[in-house]
Amino acid sequence: MGDPQPTPPHPPTASPRALTRRSFLRASAVFGGGLAALAAALAPLRHLDDFPTLDQFLQKYYRELTPAEMERILRRIEAEVEREYGVRPQVRDVKPLTGVEYVYAHNLTRCIGCRRCVHACVAENNLSRTPEVQYIRVLRLPHGSLDMEKADHNYAPEWVPEPDHFYMPVQCQQCRNPPCVKVCPVHATWQETDGLTVIDYDWCIGCRYCAAACPYWARHFNFTRPSIPKGQLNPDMAYLGNRPRRQGVMEKCHFCIQRTRVGRYPACLEVCPTGARKFGNILDPESEVSYILKHKRVFIQLKEELGTSPRFYYYFDV
Amino acid sequence: MNRAIRNYLVFLGRCSRIAFAGDWRYYAWMGVLTVFCLLGLNAYAKQFVHGLLVTGMTDEVSWGVYIANFTFLVGVAAAAVMMVIPVYIYNNEELHDLVIFGELLAVAAILMCLAFVTVDLGRPDRFWHLIPGIGQFNFPASMLSWDVIVLNGYLLLNIHICGYLLYCRYQGRKPAKWFYIPFVFIAIVWAVSIHTVTAFLYVGLGGRPFWNSAIVGPRFLASAFTAGPALIILALQVIRRVTAYRITDKALLTLRSIVQVSMLINVFLLINEVFKEFYSGNLHVASSKYLYVGLHGYHALVPWIWTAIAFNVIAMVLLLLPLSRSLRWLNLTCVLCIVGIWIEKGMGLVIPGFIPTPLGEMIEYTPTLNETLICFGIWAFGLLCYTIFLRMSVPILLGTLSQANEGRD
Repeated sequence: MGDPQPTPPHPPTASPRALTRRSFLRASAVFGGGLAALAAALAPLRHLDDFPTLDQFLQKYYRELTPAEMERILRRIEAEVEREYGVRPQVRDVKPLTGVEYVYAHNLTRCIGCRRCVHACVAENNLSRTPEVQYIRVLRLPHGSLDMEKADHNYAPEWVPEPDHFYMPVQCQQCRNPPCVKVCPVHATWQETDGLTVIDYDWCIGCRYCAAACPYWARHFNFTRPSIPKGQLNPDMAYLGNRPRRQGVMEKCHFCIQRTRVGRYPACLEVCPTGARKFGNILDPESEVSYILKHKRVFIQLKEELGTSPRFYYYFDV
Repeated sequence: MNRAIRNYLVFLGRCSRIAFAGDWRYYAWMGVLTVFCLLGLNAYAKQFVHGLLVTGMTDEVSWGVYIANFTFLVGVAAAAVMMVIPVYIYNNEELHDLVIFGELLAVAAILMCLAFVTVDLGRPDRFWHLIPGIGQFNFPASMLSWDVIVLNGYLLLNIHICGYLLYCRYQGRKPAKWFYIPFVFIAIVWAVSIHTVTAFLYVGLGGRPFWNSAIVGPRFLASAFTAGPALIILALQVIRRVTAYRITDKALLTLRSIVQVSMLINVFLLINEVFKEFYSGNLHVASSKYLYVGLHGYHALVPWIWTAIAFNVIAMVLLLLPLSRSLRWLNLTCVLCIVGIWIEKGMGLVIPGFIPTPLGEMIEYTPTLNETLICFGIWAFGLLCYTIFLRMSVPILLGTLSQANEGRD
């Protein structure tokens, strides 16, 4: 700490703050050196090429945007994507349909664990290829057990299915009581009227609290700038769906909002070779999912005991 | 009014000038801290450009050593209250002036906490989304929004109490009781709240059985009230050695008894938790198994947690023996407490919560060099702040920096 006596006696005639040449030089040297060290420390910022523009920085929260503002933002995003990927996309803000609540049902008896759904999802939803982000994780479980600790995530046999195993793909379960929505400090993720939990990628601050809260490991973080090879971009985009994400934000499965809200099936369902995946409107008593939930004897909501009440059901063909 | 503002500005000016004055030891210490700050800033600049990819964190272990340090330091900040209670509730004279040193430590610790949370953000440029009124503040649903309020509130309370008391001392007048005593009592409750809310951050997650336990809150408080006063004991001895400020052994020993009781409770709660986890033997024990004995051949944290437990138990025994009344042994004990608790509730609490993942996958976590440099940088920044606070407040408490001697420097 040094000398506790901060006021050494001065001769009364001398001005205390008189600048001598020497003290001036010394102060300048210290100041200059400090400035140089600070500049050197901040040097990596020269490589910053993702700095937000003023428009991006000041962009308002999704649910507070007027239609006109939304329109302007969509056009801006289209221009940004075109500049980066050389393709003019169509970015829409697709709203939930009234009288619709989406439910997914997955037939564990039929699933062969081929992971086609995983890769169809990557392509459809413009997921980063390096590092690769995937919304669907397929677990290989030993016959007779739902204990996830026995799951093999990296199975790679020559042929699937393998004897004595079954396969369980896990993606966002679109919970009725989503823990991720509860914990988000800035309302960047919420549940829409059709049951989809979505993320405003331009509002998320990247604290990853939702990732800690999710019991299904469904939320994925962009640890660096996502990269998609030119030519592999899916130009049919939705604001809350598959438009390219930026570094430092969360993303997750949204049941292909850009497809399902205009009456198409999710990409993972379309690609499934065994018809294990069923998707539809639970509020429509005639829908396939309504039939399944009414007539199958057993179905499972993953980790039901947590009270999250998933809209993703697993069932068996018995 | 103008005159009051002018006086205050002169006070601030003199305080900041004195922060740059000292003997060679002071410059050497500040120089070393500045170097570490700059190294940390450099590492953070890299992270700012390339993203959190430069850390050891992954989708599987999505919080790491930043949040671990944050959790520990919230405890240190909360512990300032353990000096305030004896002074203001039990009128302990020995600790009276020392409260300011404890509260200044709390201010420095909260600044470090805020820095650790900021470097953990994926999009720090969007921090304003968190500001109530301007952004979208998910209060009261999100525990993180509670944390923003209680941490910043605690920071303001402590700045007010310390700042007011020091300014009064500088002016040589008696502080008006109504202007600080109510805040002191609010701060006592508030200190408990900052650590409870931080515990609830973890406890509220039903999908993470390792954290989803009612004992986390009490354990947080017990460990905070051990490590915090232990840190203050060490800090006070440094102050005593390098300044003319007198601190009695009796004051240090009062703090020792606080550490003693807290450590006993801390170890007791640890035993409770370990028993419940292992004896019942249900599937939720996976994370605890990973932490204490390793799981499926993964055991990166095992040596750490046993070091922590050994340190805590040795410290507890030393605290119970009269041996730790001698300052040399007391210092050793304090170091053991601080290191033990830093491991136990930093890495030992945050990391196992993520291992195995909710889908049963085993992915371990090791901080990278860049991440570690950022942590050192923030610790150096905190120490730099605390040193400057002390550099300003010690002369004021000694009376060598006062309104009476204005204009003579």
